[in-house]
Amino acid sequence: MAHSVRRDAPELPDFSLLKRLARDQLIYLLEQLPGRKDLFIEADLMSPLDRIANVITLKQHDVDKLYKVEYKPIVSTSDQLCFLIRPRIKTVKWICDVVNTDKAFGRFRRYKIIFSPQKFYACENLLEEQGIFGDVTTDEWSFYLLPLDDDIISLELPEFFRDNFLEGDQRWVRTAGSALHLLHSVYGPFSKVYGIGRCSKMAYESWREQVEEGEQRARQAEIGNVFLIDRDVDLVTPLCSQVVYEGLVDDIFRIKCGCVEFGPDVTSSDKSIKVMLNSQDKVFNEIRNEHFSQVFGFLSQKARNLQTAYDKRSGMDIKQMKTFVSEELKGLKQEHRLLSLHIGASESMMKKKTKQDFQELLKTEHSLLEGFEIRECISYIEEHINRQVSMVESMRLLCLLSLTENGLLPKDYRSLKAQFLQSYGIDHLLTFSNLKQLGLLVEQQPGETLTVMESRVGKLVNDKTAGKLTDAFSSLSKKSNFRALGRRLNLVPKSDEEYDLRVPRDMAYIFSGAYIPLSCKLIEQVLERDGWTGLEEVTRMLNGHEFAVTGSNGSDARVKTDSQRIILVMFLGGCTFSEISALRFLGREKGLKFIVVTTAITNSARLLESMLDNHA
Amino acid sequence: MTRGKPDEEEYWNNSKFKAFTFDDEDDDFTKLKESKRAVNSIRSLVEEEDEEDDVEKVSWSGEPVGSISWSVKETESSNRSTGEVRDQSFPKIHTAPSLPKNSSGYSLSSLFKGKAKTGSFQSFSESFGDPSIRNYAPELRKPKSEYKDYVSDWTPEETVKRMQQGKVYSLEKFRSLQDKLLLLDEAVNAHDGNVITAVLIYLKKSLSKEILFRELITREIALSHYIHYLKEIGEQKLLVELFKSLDRTEDMALMQYRDHLNIRDENKRRDFLKNCLSLPFSPDDATHVQDHYTLLERQIIIEANDKQVESSGQADIFKKYPRKASILNMPIITTLYYSCFYHYGESDGTFSSPANIRKTFRISDKQFLLTCLGARAKLKAWFDVDALFTTKNWLGYTKKRSPIGFHRIVDILQKNNAPVQVLQDYVNLVEDAEQKISLAQKYKCHDVIINTYRDLKDRQQLIVYRGKVERGSSEYRKIEEILSNSQIRWKN
Repeated sequence: MAHSVRRDAPELPDFSLLKRLARDQLIYLLEQLPGRKDLFIEADLMSPLDRIANVITLKQHDVDKLYKVEYKPIVSTSDQLCFLIRPRIKTVKWICDVVNTDKAFGRFRRYKIIFSPQKFYACENLLEEQGIFGDVTTDEWSFYLLPLDDDIISLELPEFFRDNFLEGDQRWVRTAGSALHLLHSVYGPFSKVYGIGRCSKMAYESWREQVEEGEQRARQAEIGNVFLIDRDVDLVTPLCSQVVYEGLVDDIFRIKCGCVEFGPDVTSSDKSIKVMLNSQDKVFNEIRNEHFSQVFGFLSQKARNLQTAYDKRSGMDIKQMKTFVSEELKGLKQEHRLLSLHIGASESMMKKKTKQDFQELLKTEHSLLEGFEIRECISYIEEHINRQVSMVESMRLLCLLSLTENGLLPKDYRSLKAQFLQSYGIDHLLTFSNLKQLGLLVEQQPGETLTVMESRVGKLVNDKTAGKLTDAFSSLSKKSNFRALGRRLNLVPKSDEEYDLRVPRDMAYIFSGAYIPLSCKLIEQVLERDGWTGLEEVTRMLNGHEFAVTGSNGSDARVKTDSQRIILVMFLGGCTFSEISALRFLGREKGLKFIVVTTAITNSARLLESMLDNHA
Repeated sequence: MTRGKPDEEEYWNNSKFKAFTFDDEDDDFTKLKESKRAVNSIRSLVEEEDEEDDVEKVSWSGEPVGSISWSVKETESSNRSTGEVRDQSFPKIHTAPSLPKNSSGYSLSSLFKGKAKTGSFQSFSESFGDPSIRNYAPELRKPKSEYKDYVSDWTPEETVKRMQQGKVYSLEKFRSLQDKLLLLDEAVNAHDGNVITAVLIYLKKSLSKEILFRELITREIALSHYIHYLKEIGEQKLLVELFKSLDRTEDMALMQYRDHLNIRDENKRRDFLKNCLSLPFSPDDATHVQDHYTLLERQIIIEANDKQVESSGQADIFKKYPRKASILNMPIITTLYYSCFYHYGESDGTFSSPANIRKTFRISDKQFLLTCLGARAKLKAWFDVDALFTTKNWLGYTKKRSPIGFHRIVDILQKNNAPVQVLQDYVNLVEDAEQKISLAQKYKCHDVIINTYRDLKDRQQLIVYRGKVERGSSEYRKIEEILSNSQIRWKN
């Protein structure tokens, strides 16, 4: 099970430097407001903050009390307030209220807002409009990148997906470019950049401009190649049920910032515990990429080994016992603790999954991916909706149906939508509108409507704008072309073949051998071909926007240095743990190392919840 | 980022390179400026200058520009990215422009001037070291009187670039519609949503909405940003007007409908939904919104009635199963379930009866059956459950029918803890023999298994099964009986 790492697999760069940079900058910023102050932290910045600093660090820099931003009137008595927030209108509005309330009561305080990772003009404009521009100082904490593990770096911007792909707001493009630039200046220079997707292209441009603005010093590159990919190039993969251990843990318990909270059902005690899940956890590290069906066997083998190790004690003399206690026992105890934790988690997941007929669900998913017995799939989904089983699950299946079938037949769409609204609430009308806009759940359109619309609008404007418009329309009308892509890239292996999950033969193992994730397959193909040559048909079906560029230092790097075999893959809009597992597999097969940079770790639930609009 | 002190050679090359470009562009810039002057009649800047001179130069943090604390801050903010103090006598080499600087703000062209005026070495070095502003650097070297003329004469491209880098900029000079649109298009070309929105905020302030809307129609990307911005700051009314002018009536209707979520009081919410009925939804959505209104209207009536009945203690059902939550704002199916639970058997004239809800909201047979089954099974009203499936044919014989497979029904019953006697009736109705046996084994319906094997004349399986049941139990005796029956012609 523990895969032997290829002898020639390069070492990963050390990303802890990124944490240190972020911490140092934060300390510097805190010192910009000398004296004791209370610090208000945006809820979703707390976990990232925890990963790079602790309360003591903050206290050492005169932070008195810590509060979470809760959009309520504050109780602080401090004369200085510091707000550590994301650049969100809602939060800035709340700060305006706080400051204006103070003003109304004639209370004088000093205020500082630290925006992370950057500020937006819209936020500053709000400060101006609310008459507190100048009363409040603002700063930026350029905390772009949080290393979650040896090979995972997150921007921790879950809103990237909705803002960019649904709202069409490009506010995070430069952020992505800057993140890339930071990596480039510390671990680069990159020699090759490949990518696909509108946003990837823009992020690349932004990065390139920033490189041009700055100075590049000659240094030994640690990361040679970069692959940028938009999440909407492959929406099928993140909507599939995850069955690889780490992905499954994320689907069921939700891993937050590399940390998971296991409840009493896992710990078999009355309290929950928080556990860091990363390569430091030796047990986890060995099972994280495994198909769930393999995990039990592995864990019980481990448990037996552990027993044997403990059993050595009997028959030891005092001296041996002493060595055992001082050298081995601690490690064994640690392993024991981790083992029982993961066994507990596995049991709990098994229970949850059998309760909801997981097998049948997976069967439906696989049929959808394969394009097999679609009517049966539709009635399964219908019944799922009728029985009011999990709303997000129903939506996930509907979206998978739409993506794999290039949209629903109008009568199916109408009927399933009506039943969905009956079961989960009519206000999901708003959700359906969002899903449609993004192309996640659409009705099949008779081919013509769109072209007519296009030419009509096209006539109104000059050529250049018309080009842009067509662009916009094509993204609106975006077809997933999943079947054709699947055939072209062999994404769905024939179902009649046995798939041995113990010895995976390709990346399909992450979905029980039923499907090779499109995103990862593209990466594999492009790296193999050193570009997009031969993939023209594929890129056309994916709406184009592919690119492959070689930097000035790429040409002389013909010799395969280690850095050439380290590939940074940046997912714009989030990636799943399953995809990371697939890339790790690919890396082992090809003697490469992948570093995944993502705007956030996502999964089907997170992705779909970001589409919900049925709350005030 | 991790830059140490640059070694001498590197510095030398860099500065040489810069000096060269610098002069080069200086010439270009002069030429450009001259030709521009010749072509355009430059707007009189004199008045503006005078005004600006009267104003004290104040940076964003409120400190007078050029003051010590101001300059300290500037130093710090420019050094922040590397976390080390730079030797000020060397031109700065910008290693990390990815970490934007502090000095952004509105209408702060004065700040830039201020730097030049004080002649502070640091501000010079700042602009020297930053190749991105090489273009404007010459103005710093001009006599004071001259640069004033074009200090805010940045092209749209330059302005956008400065905004991206968090530098001082000024939008006031973009006054003609053409200039404004050039600026907007430039922002869009730069793919920086933050800047696009900033420009849009300026256009919102300085253009009438009709003109702005008209121009946005052909600018899809800018339009998305504008809509998103208006959504975020909650300018509902303006959004409605925008959608109207774009002829995006369905979007407009949905957005207005969305507002009901902000209304807590159920009566006000109902009235609001009633008003929504006239909005231009798509035909399908209009039906759904109508349903939403009708649903809430009825829920209010049912809630008021049941609350009263429950508190008066008149009805046993509420005593036995107190309501856990109010039915207000629940989905249609939940309401149906509630009605099947508390109001079963009411005549279809009442709003709370299952039949009425079924009819009003056009609930499918399948859906109705599933919900009803769930509710009656929960109450262990097995008689009601039976009745759900029983149909009489014209001869008066009764037969059990179901729009969904009986194996599903068994599943639902089992989840509601139905006793074996009830379960086996339904397991028996499963048509596929194999499925029937596997279900029967799962739920331990011995009779079904034994009878099925008997009907299949499968002696071997029956013998195997005899080994599984308890010796001497009624099942065991039954199997014995069948096996010893000489009438049966076993197939094996």
